[in-house]
Amino acid sequence: MKGAPLRVYAILYLLFLYAPIALLPLFAFNDATIIAFPLKGFTTHWFTDLAANTALRQAVGNSLFIAAMTAVFATLLGLCAARAGAMARFPGKGGIIGFVMLPLVLPEIIVAVSLLIVMRQVLGLNLSNWTVIAAHVLICAPFSIAILNGAFQNLDPSIEEAAMDLGESRFSAFRLVTLPLVWPGIVSSLLIAFTISLDEFIIAFFLTGANPTMPVYIWGLLRFPAQLPVVMALGTILVALSVVLLVIAELFRRRGLARAGIKDTGGFL
Amino acid sequence: MTALIELEGVNKHYGDYHALRDIDLDIRAGEFFSLLGPSGCGKTTLLRAIAGLEDVTSGALRIDGRDMKGVAPNHRPTNMVFQSYAVFPHLTVAENVGFGLRRDPRSRTEKARAVETALEMVGLGGYGKRRAHALSGGQRQRVALARALILEPKVLLLDEPLSALDRLMREQMQLELIRLQRQVGITFILVTHDQEEALVMSDRIAVMFEGEIGQVADPETLYRKPATRRVAQFIGKMNFLDGRLSADGRAVEIAGLGRAGITEEISRGVSSGPVAIGIRPETLAILFEGESAPRREAEGVISEVVYYGDMTYYDVRVDGIEKPLTVSMKNLIGRPVLDVGAPARLGWDERALVLLPR
Repeated sequence: MKGAPLRVYAILYLLFLYAPIALLPLFAFNDATIIAFPLKGFTTHWFTDLAANTALRQAVGNSLFIAAMTAVFATLLGLCAARAGAMARFPGKGGIIGFVMLPLVLPEIIVAVSLLIVMRQVLGLNLSNWTVIAAHVLICAPFSIAILNGAFQNLDPSIEEAAMDLGESRFSAFRLVTLPLVWPGIVSSLLIAFTISLDEFIIAFFLTGANPTMPVYIWGLLRFPAQLPVVMALGTILVALSVVLLVIAELFRRRGLARAGIKDTGGFL
Repeated sequence: MTALIELEGVNKHYGDYHALRDIDLDIRAGEFFSLLGPSGCGKTTLLRAIAGLEDVTSGALRIDGRDMKGVAPNHRPTNMVFQSYAVFPHLTVAENVGFGLRRDPRSRTEKARAVETALEMVGLGGYGKRRAHALSGGQRQRVALARALILEPKVLLLDEPLSALDRLMREQMQLELIRLQRQVGITFILVTHDQEEALVMSDRIAVMFEGEIGQVADPETLYRKPATRRVAQFIGKMNFLDGRLSADGRAVEIAGLGRAGITEEISRGVSSGPVAIGIRPETLAILFEGESAPRREAEGVISEVVYYGDMTYYDVRVDGIEKPLTVSMKNLIGRPVLDVGAPARLGWDERALVLLPR
């Protein structure tokens, strides 16, 4: 068959991508402290250990809080930027939108170092969850803008005017017409910003205060090999959570397209 | 009839761009009024200014005697049918049509009845439960119409509503809009770049160029007595010749055609001296064997033939006239279609001349 070599290549490629991740649940349920084959037997006590570790629970709580806040702020900013990009006309629009998208390609380590200097030396702030949130909003906003841009681009710009013409104020026109049509984009944006923030390490490592975020705490655990299986258990939960969130985001995106009667032209999944 | 909409010295600037220049215009209650002009002439800006979607830089705009300065679109007695129709895709047809009734104090059932009546009026009875995005272009347009008319506005604004439809559909909708306007008696203001559409549908037409109104008149006057060369060029086809109007205004010397006596009505508003003379193609005739000109005759040579089926358009070169004259002839029974290069006798009539300032 003509496509056979390509098919083999594609399968090997997918294995290379996902096989390491498949090891996570394998060792999370393995009854041995050392991460090595052969497997010893099935256990769930790494998960019980995980639940008993207060420092880790605290780190997870921090991360969830930071991720939730980041998702909300990044999406709000994205909403404003995408609406302006799609509906308003102003001088230098192209340049400004490009500039807003720049953090997408800036090396995170550069962002982290410069933000640390700004927060500590220039503004004299104490490092806390909020400094991490501010930085995460910076790196998540471009993603939110990109997602919401898609939602707004599909929108007829005269639709909000039509609602105003039919008796609604500017705000209620936005609420009744624009918001329902871009709602799926908003949900996608929230979920993606949440996921990005949740596992972000470099910036959190630089800007975190007394309470480390989950990725930072995990990195600290690596010095204690006995704790590794617990990390595996946590990783398993996170992978499952990420997959669920991404699937939900995609479902919302598709539903939005179907609702507006637009043909599907790509997406994340 | 009284003026329902009055515009006085209305100007609109976008930065350096002067979109509307000193617009003075009265639109009467109950008339079908068209704003006609090439793209970029400001006709849509003017319509949006009446709707309140666009602020004017200076000048006064009154609707029904009330100054509209600072009045938001939702507080104006106008409703608009957008070029894209702007039907809300996430709602059903009935929800779209009933959208403007949200603040209406009537009961649910009464509103539902009003929606159904409006849908029947535009020929969409029974479509209420359909999803708006599943409709065809023509159906969306009807939804947009019903959605605006259900609010019984004083003025219905239509922004190029027919431009996205195919030819057959467009002609059908033109007649339907006229019928609808007579039925509801609301003032319609139509924006269009299609001169034929404007002539067919309107009681009166304002022709606009580069932010200014060139002429306001009923269709027949606009066609027969255009005020400027530009208006004459934009409405229908027109041949232009050089000429000179006598001091008493009762005779013109036309390059290539000779001297012609004219009535005062034709020369009205044009000062003596050099003038432009317009002749419509259908007022010229190619004279076939045995036919003689009712009034005047000239000799020429056919330089171009365009065959339309019911009509043939000839370009006829006449000595002393720079550009060939375009002549339209009905293809009546037994009448041949002439070839390029054939000699032609041209019949013309001084009563059909249009005099314009040069």
